[in-house]
Amino acid sequence: MQIQEQVTEQGDALDLMVNMGPQHPSTHGVFRLVIWVDGEKIARSESHIGYLHRGSEKLCEGEQYAQIITLFDRLDYVANLNGELAICMAAEKLMEIEVPERAEYIRVILCELNRIASHMMFYGVYGLDAGAMTPVLYGFRERERIQDMFESVTGARMMHNYIRIGGVNEDLPDDFGARMSTLLDQLERGIEECDELLSQNEMFLARTKGIGAISAEEAIDLGVTGPPLRACGVPEDVRVSEPYSIYDRFDFGIPVGSQGDCWDRYYVRVEEMRQSLSVIKQAMRELPGGEIAANVRRIARPPKGEVYIRTESPRGDFGVFLVSDGSDKPYRVKVRAPSFCNLQALQAMLRDAYIADAVLVLGSIDIVLGEVDR
Amino acid sequence: MARRARREPRVPEAPVALDPLGESLASLVREIFASETAGFDAQVAAAVDEVTLTVRPEDVPAVCSICRNDPRLKFDYLRCLSVVDYIESSGEFEVNYHLYSLDIRHKMVVKTRLPEDYPVVPTVTGVWGGADWYERESADLFGVRFDGHPNLVPLLLYDGFEGFPGRKSFPFHDYDEW
Repeated sequence: MQIQEQVTEQGDALDLMVNMGPQHPSTHGVFRLVIWVDGEKIARSESHIGYLHRGSEKLCEGEQYAQIITLFDRLDYVANLNGELAICMAAEKLMEIEVPERAEYIRVILCELNRIASHMMFYGVYGLDAGAMTPVLYGFRERERIQDMFESVTGARMMHNYIRIGGVNEDLPDDFGARMSTLLDQLERGIEECDELLSQNEMFLARTKGIGAISAEEAIDLGVTGPPLRACGVPEDVRVSEPYSIYDRFDFGIPVGSQGDCWDRYYVRVEEMRQSLSVIKQAMRELPGGEIAANVRRIARPPKGEVYIRTESPRGDFGVFLVSDGSDKPYRVKVRAPSFCNLQALQAMLRDAYIADAVLVLGSIDIVLGEVDR
Repeated sequence: MARRARREPRVPEAPVALDPLGESLASLVREIFASETAGFDAQVAAAVDEVTLTVRPEDVPAVCSICRNDPRLKFDYLRCLSVVDYIESSGEFEVNYHLYSLDIRHKMVVKTRLPEDYPVVPTVTGVWGGADWYERESADLFGVRFDGHPNLVPLLLYDGFEGFPGRKSFPFHDYDEW
């Protein structure tokens, strides 16, 4: 008994604070994590965010609807199109706009491509977090191909500003079909190559299996969504549970994990890339001709009311709460950022972890600080 | 010749259309919360495609915990928690709790109105753990106090920031360069 007390006393005395970030390559942005360690174990951790807070929600209140879209590009800057889609859908729902078929297909194709690009970035960077230098080259190679495709369609590699209220900005280029079929072949090979390169690597498995696990109940309680929730074995995907756009027309599966640990969170994303590829292929087969935008007034004035839209961004449930007072500017925009809520679960994931795993656990959530801080 | 008074332009209202799941939820919510015996001063309405339940601020934790635990409602997932500033029109803040049930797949909004001079609402961190950062963020940007929150310190803004930048009264473009 006495010995135990002594140990605890000593343990408390040896509690050491380790500061990670705000400028640290493994925080994927500007994020500060303070860890109190007890030997090698993490006793307690605290997240500090807000270094990238630009007041995006407030900025939206001062801009017209068409001008907001570009702000949404800059929230989740790895999956720009998914953000654009959410705000456009919110305005469309209030204004009861029927989006033309072709525009819906273009949106789905590009958003799913963006999902693959985002997961590819995760894949590469996560390998780097684990100490594997090679995957990042492969991940970025695939991502670059998608960015090239985006450039040819939207005119920009990253900040596309392409989706519009009622449709999309421009029609697809003439050689889109041919280029897409090459791209899809390349991606298919690329995903398999990436999977083979890292997923079953013994050292990678040792670093990620059973690390940072949380239970499904805890994940739901903390509002975790997207791949981290699905890694716990909960088959929740907004594209399926509350289908938006035309997702109900495609046949795709929801990859789920079983342990809710880092490896599951990683592998759910690899599997998701395959599913996205299948959605894109189906959409490319059915891509109809016709209009690319509904006839909407240039200055949109949604009717008075409030709407909440959920979309499945690569990081999880991306929600937009839009309150309109009938003018050309929104009264209030609230962004429910998936990384923000997933990051909340970091403390739970780090419970009883070793300090060497902190970087891997944080990386497995796949945060984008632009979205966390807004 | 008398001049006709200029009419204010009419602002159209967004249409309300609940799906069958929403209709059944609305009647269920009415039965649970809006009856005389329930003791909540609750109003059930609808906004676009969601059922809304407006309650008094002090009833929020009780209502939310029924929402989460009642097997017919089972709202286990707090989609979003947001504050809307209606001070100019009615002198109140509105706190919205967007709920969703992963099992039943229905959705609802719990709303409460807080007066400007006493913007305090009890915390719901005991009901959904995920409410923690939402409430800190709302306290940060709007100055709404969430009573009983375990750690209501600034989240997004830096320590010592003056004012509440989410509010409509916070100046927009005239800030100082630093």
